[in-house]
Amino acid sequence: MAKQSIVPFGPQHPVLPEPVHLDLVLEDEVVVKAVPSIGFVHRGLEKLVETKDYKEYVYIAERVCGICSFGHGMGYCQCLEKIMDIDIPPRAKYLRTIWMEMSRIHSHLLWLGLLADAMGFESLFMQSWKLREEVLDLFDATTGGRVIFSVNCVGGVLKDMDDSMLKRIVDTVTDMEKELRPIAETFLRDYTVGTRLHGLGMLSAEHAKMMGAVGPMLRASGVSYDARKLGYAAYGDLDFEPVTAADGDSFARCEVRIREIFQSIGLIRQAAAKIPAGPIAVPVKGNPNGEHFMRIEQPRGEAIYYVKANGSKFIERFRLRTPTTSNIPPMLEMLKGCQLADVALLILTIDPCISCTER
Amino acid sequence: MEAQNTIEPITMAEFIPQVLRFKQEGWHVVQICAGRIPEGYELSYSFGRDYDMRTLRLAVAEDETVPSITQAYPGAFLQENEAAELFGVHIVGITQDYRGKLYRIAKETPFKQKG
Repeated sequence: MAKQSIVPFGPQHPVLPEPVHLDLVLEDEVVVKAVPSIGFVHRGLEKLVETKDYKEYVYIAERVCGICSFGHGMGYCQCLEKIMDIDIPPRAKYLRTIWMEMSRIHSHLLWLGLLADAMGFESLFMQSWKLREEVLDLFDATTGGRVIFSVNCVGGVLKDMDDSMLKRIVDTVTDMEKELRPIAETFLRDYTVGTRLHGLGMLSAEHAKMMGAVGPMLRASGVSYDARKLGYAAYGDLDFEPVTAADGDSFARCEVRIREIFQSIGLIRQAAAKIPAGPIAVPVKGNPNGEHFMRIEQPRGEAIYYVKANGSKFIERFRLRTPTTSNIPPMLEMLKGCQLADVALLILTIDPCISCTER
Repeated sequence: MEAQNTIEPITMAEFIPQVLRFKQEGWHVVQICAGRIPEGYELSYSFGRDYDMRTLRLAVAEDETVPSITQAYPGAFLQENEAAELFGVHIVGITQDYRGKLYRIAKETPFKQKG
């Protein structure tokens, strides 16, 4: 057996914008085991639910993460709406869907930029993030925020979009679609990108399911599962199928995310065309009593929101199982056998969100 | 799509046999959630198959040990370590047991106490 050495990786690393630490056990330059530690930015936000009014907690739920913020607020509200048997207005469901898909677009573009940056492809990084800015501008115009939006409430949404705004959104994403094509072509056809990603971090469908992979990581291994098919918000009215790829490597994960951006653009167009007129929220009276597990498809994968309420205005337990929590075990498996030089890129291909994981 | 989403109370004696049945039937672990109840802890193990989800609800006393499910579901180790470190649940037999070293936090089992 070759001599083993341990290389500490993180918590600060140029490729990772958030702190996570791995002890990498190496034989020569091959990783044989990776031991994680997290908690460097642990905030205990789940605990805070015990001392905040359940309606106010929406603003904390969406502060779990600056990228998935809309989805966190929506997932928490949907969970309470299920417990309280609240049927929100159809227009609110469509508005949530549009904002959710805008979140997916900007999250995937963020990831593409980070991937390009990790490979040293700086112009591709800049092109990806330039495009992402346009989605953030739309968020700014529709919610007043670029990171935290505060438009979800128990019972619906707090802000509406008029016809001119919906047209602006559709026009912008249609232009983005054209601008995205050459960027996508570069990611999917460029020799350098292909060389770095093909065959790296293989994950079979069976292994992906067994280790708990979710989202693009699961679908890139050929598993057709997308929680949006459950039909929450307005997804039940829209026509789409989960985006999958068969190879299960890092390139497949990149391909799935790129195709999901195009899919999200299509979903926004469908939602904008079908959105009904009407109110955007219903009044909510009383306190929740009961419990529910709510699943939604965040950009990084399926997130699970659990609320247990006891009839008071304070919730007993709120649990958020984030996509990254589920994707870390398969990531640790993928790291086994890879070269030390590939570790950073491989971690990036799961699109880790440490802020979500720390909560 | 109407998918199953249930919470099913289960006793400690039935727990592992049911987990093994799930494994044989093709269910995978979706999430593990710990919570406090007056008698000790409440553990919720959610399993998914296609779009269906079934959650097993286990009530355990303060000092009672809970067998790990990582022998059947190796990917569950992270969430079991999390329940152990944040809540202080005594889970035994985790295949990758970090023994309090997963979370680098100043306070031991910060979610153990209410309020």
